Amino acid sequence: MAIFSVYVVNKAGGLIYQLDHYAPRSETEKTFSFPLDLVLKLHDERVVVAFGQRDSIRVGHAILSINGVDVNGKYTADGKEVLEYLGNPANYPVSIRFGRPRLSSNEKLMLASMFHSLFAIGSQLSPELGSSGIEMLETDTFKLHCFQTLTGIKFVVLADPRQAGIESLLRKIYEIYSDFALKNPFYSLEMPIRCELFDQNLKLALEVAEKTGPFGPGS
Amino acid sequence: SIRNGIRSRELFVLTYGALVAQLCKDYEKDEDVNKYLDRMGYDIGIRLVEDFLARSAVKKCRSYSETVDMIAQVAFKMYLGITPSVSRSNTTENEFFLILENNPLVDFVEELPAGRTSLCYCNILCGVIRGALEMVHLAAEVNFIQDRLKGDDFTEIGITFLKKLEDKKHKRNK
Repeated sequence: MAIFSVYVVNKAGGLIYQLDHYAPRSETEKTFSFPLDLVLKLHDERVVVAFGQRDSIRVGHAILSINGVDVNGKYTADGKEVLEYLGNPANYPVSIRFGRPRLSSNEKLMLASMFHSLFAIGSQLSPELGSSGIEMLETDTFKLHCFQTLTGIKFVVLADPRQAGIESLLRKIYEIYSDFALKNPFYSLEMPIRCELFDQNLKLALEVAEKTGPFGPGS
Repeated sequence: SIRNGIRSRELFVLTYGALVAQLCKDYEKDEDVNKYLDRMGYDIGIRLVEDFLARSAVKKCRSYSETVDMIAQVAFKMYLGITPSVSRSNTTENEFFLILENNPLVDFVEELPAGRTSLCYCNILCGVIRGALEMVHLAAEVNFIQDRLKGDDFTEIGITFLKKLEDKKHKRNK
């Protein structure tokens, strides 16, 4: 799975579509006995590993579930505070699943809006008028590709840095948008895209794009 | 795509004719029919423009004149199979004209019925152009200057560009 996610941002910077395409990587479930040899802390309403990295449990990983039941932020499913629960020897042995925390929908909305603003700043910083705006954002673990149409809609794809063919994928997503979102008379412009056909065709396009480029590392 | 044997053009022309005929039944005044045709055209234009941009992969136009050329030579060709000729007003700033030699929409229409002398049969086209331009942040007034169906020598669409819309202020013209 070398294409991680797709975002579509409307002209006002609102996120109107989001798809996560990657299988969750590096989630680890282990059984622990008291005392826990990991140092945990609260961060962004989640319980994360601050220190004590071992096996495949990395610093920054969040607690995703306890004894098979998904946690609710910093609380267990039945409302107890996770840190308090794990501080009590009576609750052990306990099985905890760690992994990279997924972004919530609100966080995604906020990030999309922030990217929209950065994009605008990027265009204004350009020494020449009529800049394309941010086309790529590169890190060691992913590349973010962005295509803004002449009408102001942005298509954003996050992919493995080695994945090729994203430029044409972005154009293809534009075509899919113009077909399955816009030609649906019941879809209102600028609103969240909830069109089954759009989903299906987009996923198909992602699969095609992944096959043509080199694969990313397995999880 | 190859459409051998699929008579979508006929279906399209008939559908459009039915639309106009129904509007004429619904509204007595020509101005009202024209208005609703324009409004429908607008709703089409704001969506069609993305299809056009996605498939034609054209670069951003840098002048009004380039934009009108694009509409005439690429867009009209793509959707109606015709290429209107473009001219520019020498009296009014930012006013351009598209002269339609033939127009598939009126292939089977001879003349306007009695009592419908102000009807702009193809007014939907004006709305389409106006809506499409608005999506690329160009405000324009689009109307029929001359119409063969009304007895004029030519069929001519006038496009007058207004003050450029700001990217942020997104006015909906309803």
